[in-house]
Amino acid sequence: MLTLQCPYCGARVEETELAPGGEAHLKRFGPGSSDADFESYMFARKNPKGVHFERWRHAYGCGKWFLAARCTATLEVFGTYPAQTTEPPADLIAKIKEKRPTWEGYK
Amino acid sequence: MRRYSMFAVAREAARFHAGWERAWRSPEPKKRYDVIVVGAGGHGLATAYYLGKVHGITNVAVIEKGWLGGGNTGRNTTIIRSNYLQDPSAAIYDKALKLYEDLSQDLNYNVMFSPRGLLMLAQSEHEIRGYKRTVYANNLQGVETRWIEPAEVKDLVPILNIEGPRYPVLGALLQERGGTARHDAVAWGYARGCSNMGMDIIQQCEVTGVRTEGGRVVGVDTTKGAIDCGKLAIVVAGHSSVLAEMAGFRLPIESMALQAWVSEPIKPTIDVVVMANLVHGYMSQSDKGELVIGGGTDGFNNYTQRGSWHHVEETTRALVETFPIISRLKMLRQWGGIVDMTGDRSPIISKTPVENIFVDCGWGTGGFKAIPGSGWAMAELVAKGEPGPLAADFGLNRFREGRFIDESVAAGVAH
Repeated sequence: MLTLQCPYCGARVEETELAPGGEAHLKRFGPGSSDADFESYMFARKNPKGVHFERWRHAYGCGKWFLAARCTATLEVFGTYPAQTTEPPADLIAKIKEKRPTWEGYK
Repeated sequence: MRRYSMFAVAREAARFHAGWERAWRSPEPKKRYDVIVVGAGGHGLATAYYLGKVHGITNVAVIEKGWLGGGNTGRNTTIIRSNYLQDPSAAIYDKALKLYEDLSQDLNYNVMFSPRGLLMLAQSEHEIRGYKRTVYANNLQGVETRWIEPAEVKDLVPILNIEGPRYPVLGALLQERGGTARHDAVAWGYARGCSNMGMDIIQQCEVTGVRTEGGRVVGVDTTKGAIDCGKLAIVVAGHSSVLAEMAGFRLPIESMALQAWVSEPIKPTIDVVVMANLVHGYMSQSDKGELVIGGGTDGFNNYTQRGSWHHVEETTRALVETFPIISRLKMLRQWGGIVDMTGDRSPIISKTPVENIFVDCGWGTGGFKAIPGSGWAMAELVAKGEPGPLAADFGLNRFREGRFIDESVAAGVAH
């Protein structure tokens, strides 16, 4: 069972208390953007086998969205962080690189 | 290859069954093939089979990182049906069902197709309207389904609690031609057919890279060395995004875990397939007597082939309410597969940004029933380089153009 720590209320909670929200850090494209950009924002996903940055909502807790780094091949959770950012924090990336030396990094 | 028949059984019985040969060869890879199919599951093998049988292309290799039929083909609940709302879906799933009907004869391999009938229970006013609409659509599409009232449902499935308490059964959509088949036999039968046409099925051979030159595929790197190819068919379900990444493009797919489980074997109890989509569980009985049960997918990206405990609990809880007599049964085993989910819950059978690479993926939670139709349509696409009528609507371009084949809304659940 997946357990994540909500970065807002600090509680360690298991997945039935959370709502998954898919890939994090998507660059948004709206009206006026090209079809290719809109398609890549709306549909195309990295869906990696390995390190994945994703959105979660503490649905049955504080109700806030937060972000998590997790390995989709092992379900290991590297860490969680608040959603008010456009890219993962540097210390989290360093921590993942330490644990996954062959990981190519956030891109 | 020797044909299987009653005479073969009698002949072998007379000589202590010493003369049976292996159903397919396990060769080392050649230097080059006209077509490489990645993934020796049902869809990949069916693609190769119809490439040879319908299009006469037999210089084909099917390569598989694990063992044949060991992915989702061996991990589903074996349900076969074609009662889809949208015309393109009904066309391809019904093609699959029609091929299933005489697949055992075609392959000379008993796939144990059992058209025992399939019920989709309506347990809310909304579902009554939804399934009646599907019945009308199916009748226009030439797919025989009908609406039945609660009394007939109870007649077909005596163990069903139609009075509720929470979700009374208000009627059902019945597809009498639907049913189940032996999942392993489908993969094994196709593999034997492919091997018999001279195709190479190479197991324990993982693709580690896709080689392209000038925007065109020239081969793959594998754990058994580099293999050149003219065309590449990627038919790998849950790992489609991983292969696409190797080839340099992205797919509108997310991989998630879907589980199924079986009870201990009991005497014959239920002789149709029952799907209760409102409470999200489905159940049938296997030939061994186990009740085969499935539910919904997990909500997060996952490649581990194991799912979350709470889904087992939720689905079992729902089915115990629907079929009270199963409450004392023990669960025998549980397993998970990685399904490739698209946004509109419809598959992708398509050309890709790389020339001569084709993908057949996105079957999500409903791939087993589609195996023959998917293989048929994919073989046509690979052989001709352009999709035929069955695959035309399932291209990758539908996402850019907004032409979704929206089965997620039609079914109300992943399916």
